Amino acid sequence: MEKGPDHGKHRYGMVIDLDKCTGCGTCAVACAAENNVSVRQDESDKERSISWMQIFKITNGKPYPDTEVSYFPRPCMHCEEDGHGHHTSPCVTVCVATATKLDPNSGIVSQIYTRCIGCRYCQAACPYKARYFNWWDAYFPKGKGLDRYLTPEVSPRMRGVVEKCTFCHHRLMRAKTRAYAEDRREIEEDEYITACTEACPAQAITFGDLNNPKHRVSRLAKSPNAFRLLERLNTKPKVYYLSTKDWVRKLADNYLPDEFKPLS
Amino acid sequence: MDSPTHSYGVKRCSPGVFFLWTLPWLGILAWGGLSAVLCLWKGLNQTNMSNVFAFALWIVFDLAVIALGAGAFFTGFLTYIVGKKELKDIINAAVIIGFICYSGAMAMLGIDIGQPLRGWFIFWHANVHSMLVEVSFCITCYLMVLTIEFIPIILENRTLQKVRELRLFGHNLHEIMAVFAATGTFLSFFHQGSLGGMFGVMYARPFAARGGFYIWPWTFFLFVLSAIAAGPLFTILCTKLTEFITRKKLVPDQAVQSLAKISAWLLSLYLVFKFIDTLGWANSLVPKAGLRFMDFYREGPYGFWMVVAELGICGILPAVILMIPKVRQQQGWLIFAGLLTCAGIVLNRFVFIIVTLAIPVMPFDRFWSYLPTWQEWGVGLAVVGYGFLLFSAAYRYLPVFPKEPELNPAAD
Repeated sequence: MEKGPDHGKHRYGMVIDLDKCTGCGTCAVACAAENNVSVRQDESDKERSISWMQIFKITNGKPYPDTEVSYFPRPCMHCEEDGHGHHTSPCVTVCVATATKLDPNSGIVSQIYTRCIGCRYCQAACPYKARYFNWWDAYFPKGKGLDRYLTPEVSPRMRGVVEKCTFCHHRLMRAKTRAYAEDRREIEEDEYITACTEACPAQAITFGDLNNPKHRVSRLAKSPNAFRLLERLNTKPKVYYLSTKDWVRKLADNYLPDEFKPLS
Repeated sequence: MDSPTHSYGVKRCSPGVFFLWTLPWLGILAWGGLSAVLCLWKGLNQTNMSNVFAFALWIVFDLAVIALGAGAFFTGFLTYIVGKKELKDIINAAVIIGFICYSGAMAMLGIDIGQPLRGWFIFWHANVHSMLVEVSFCITCYLMVLTIEFIPIILENRTLQKVRELRLFGHNLHEIMAVFAATGTFLSFFHQGSLGGMFGVMYARPFAARGGFYIWPWTFFLFVLSAIAAGPLFTILCTKLTEFITRKKLVPDQAVQSLAKISAWLLSLYLVFKFIDTLGWANSLVPKAGLRFMDFYREGPYGFWMVVAELGICGILPAVILMIPKVRQQQGWLIFAGLLTCAGIVLNRFVFIIVTLAIPVMPFDRFWSYLPTWQEWGVGLAVVGYGFLLFSAAYRYLPVFPKEPELNPAAD
């Protein structure tokens, strides 16, 4: 796991246990509902639909009965480096209008919708495809009552800007406000978790401060089964995955022949 | 026919014929206008761009026309700074072509961004670490320089020359053109480079990422070199097309050959560096990312043929043709080599933009394809229509080719 004493006091991150994930999609639904992700009447155009938490299905490629299936839930990785040794995410460094920032106090990569000009350079720079452009005006069907379920703390996005997972940053703000009201300087581990973490029925997602040794994420991220997506690109994501299956671990990155070292 | 609006000693077609000539280009502009209105009104959903292809046809057009328009600054540099006097016979054409390319690219970029009304945020909230900011600043400033370089040519119009103040203003601008040529060279060097840098700094995209010198990835220097190699050839191609359409000789061979020779050397130098860059990248960054060179050439139609086409057919072949004086002096070969070089540079930009985005980085991700909509073609081709219209008007009313009366004495 990355040590980050110079990377600010808190480094919020996530650990997703792929051996527990059933691919049910609850995390994706909870995320969309929590963050006012707009919908379209026809969501079949997957290249242009918005899913901050996207679930990729993977298989070991073997024929029946040896076929195994697993799922990669993929939020924004909240990268800490751009792949070239600079302490900034690949998307942050390229943004023309400083519309996305890596917060040094939380490690969260934010998106300022009202400043984004929609050039989409950040999308091109992100290897995880974690950034989504609003190709249409935001749409929440009134007849279906969806507009009444909007989260008041999250601003809906306008057409022509990029959006992405914020680690439910508004929940951090809410927890901080509560702590301030109660005259506390720090927030507890369970006071700030993301909507996907809360919703996962298999409890495959753990969220917390990677810098805090008391938080479960910091322990899980040090597990020998922990790995990150495209780790070799040196973007230093703050989303970790756990899996005991070598074929799953191998699919998380590109390897030259004989380069991958299995756990077992 | 002669007219008080045309330059002295030149012959131009009748207004009726000229009007008919403009019709197809006006048609393309109308198509582009409708496309632009739809994109601005309904949004970029009118295109086939997607979250995978965040950059698409328009960015390819942008980078292509900016590279091909490099003839303006480089010919200006050679004429006013290096002192190649023979290029004064082609510099006006180079400046106008550059102006068309840059103004067209800027207009296209205005439609390409999701929030066009926030375009000024690039300057107000500038992220100094972004290569695109460097591109935006330099292109905007350089378009102003090109406008200043274009003004004296406009003021040389026979009717405008009759106004004493305008004549003097134009003359004085001419006198200090070396200052603007130097400014243009500086600005162009940086934005041509930054356009390359834009892709080289995408360190998490192994296909585009490059090492480099200080803050500039190698693509920075390769884009500058390839632009100054192809730009002058594009200027030559445009003058040859004008000569073909007007059935006149407009530029002395000495100027064309001088530019072609310089392009030949620059193209050869570019190819040497490009091969070194490709070999270095394939043996360092690519294996470091856990990939092999050929892994990038297995997706969809983007096979190894692209490397052969870009660096072989559209690289080495035209370089050889242009390097041999006897061959390049033959008009057919010169045009053929020019076309190949320009095609190669467009292919190079296409590869860096489209192929970079098409190749999935995550091993379990799939390959997506992309085909532009008619709206995208409309906006892209509008730049071509606009170019033909503006260049035709300039040719008709301005002394674009100063040696035209001398080379076509029958016109007197």
